Formats: sequence, C-alpha cells, structure tokens
Amino acid sequence: MHLAHQFAMESDLVTADMVEATEFPQLATRYDIRGVPRTIANDIPVVDGAMPEPYFLEEILKKLAKEEEA
Amino acid sequence: MPIIQEKDQEKVRSRLESLSGPVTVVNFTQSFECDFCRETRQLVEEVSVLSDKIKVEVYDFAEDRDVVEKYKIDKIPATVVVGEKDYGIRFCGIPSGYEFVSLLQAVEMVSRGDSGLLQESRDLLAQLKKPVHLQVFVTPT
Repeated sequence: MHLAHQFAMESDLVTADMVEATEFPQLATRYDIRGVPRTIANDIPVVDGAMPEPYFLEEILKKLAKEEEA
Repeated sequence: MPIIQEKDQEKVRSRLESLSGPVTVVNFTQSFECDFCRETRQLVEEVSVLSDKIKVEVYDFAEDRDVVEKYKIDKIPATVVVGEKDYGIRFCGIPSGYEFVSLLQAVEMVSRGDSGLLQESRDLLAQLKKPVHLQVFVTPT
C-alpha cells in the first residue's frame, strides 16, 4: 500500500487511495476484488498482490498505455 | 476504550519522535449511517495525541461541503494525510491492522517531505502526462 502513496507523493499527477474493501462492497464488486491487495489505476485493474517498486510502477504504466491504445 | 492499546501507544510515540515537518491528518466523517466513521476518527485522534507534530482536522461529510469538494472526497470514512500540501494520499475506510502501519508510513513520509523512491521511479513518474488515480484494495487484518 505504502508504495502507491509514495508515487502520489512524488508526482502531482498521481493520487492514491487505500480502500478497505469490506467497508465499500459496491466498489469491491465493481472492481471484482477477490484477493487483496488489488491495485486499480484509472478504473482498470493493474496489479494483484504486492510487487517490488520498479516492477509495480512499470506494470501500472504498461497497463495504462495499453488501455490508451485500445 | 482506546483503539491503540496502551502497550502499543509507547511504541507508536517513540516511532513518531523522528517526525520533522508538521503533518495534518484531515478526517471526513458523519454522525450516522457510516459503519466505521467513529472508530476511524478515534484512531486518527489517538495517533495525533502521540506526536506534537501531528494535528487532526475533522469535517462532516454532509455539512462541510466546501472542504469535501476541496479534497474531492466521495466516500467516508476518509482520511487525507497532508504536509506542506495535499499530495493525494488518502485512506478510505479504517486504516487498522496492517494498514495502520501504512498510516504511520504516510505520516512519516509526508513529514519528511520526500517520497523515498528510487531515482528510476522518480524519472518514470516525471514522464507522466495525464493524471493517474490509484486505488489499492485491502482487507482488515
């Protein structure tokens, strides 16, 4: 979780929310949360589980770029 | 009844001794129809008592609409960790269990004023052209 907050701190374009899934069941359903942690970026699921810093950021940016092309 | 057990209060207090810059924990709550609002507010207030660098501001989601809009809050309980500015660091729901550590880490990072990221991450983030809203779903442990 903290990693996402670190990205938010570093960039003015990034905001990061920790979302406690059991308190927001509609959101959990919307994003099909079954295992946690699940990271959503701009409404798209991007990472399941925890990942080391460089991979996590790369994965987020890769998935966002792919979404743009689609 | 305190949420942070007495034996843990000392640990948290000494961990927070290293804080340098001031931190404001902005909590959004409501008096009814919100399951964990009361506990979340209590938790952040208990944390702020353990350091003179942390202050808490509590706002009502229904009444304080200007602040709600300023921080773009759409669900409660919500907590924003603010330093010199709002860096976009939010907790939706109660930051308990493992996420309590994330709360302390957010406070420490904001107080320090630096993300602590690797240079390559900073470089990658500097190339962003559009906003990215991350939501990390967790469960209470």
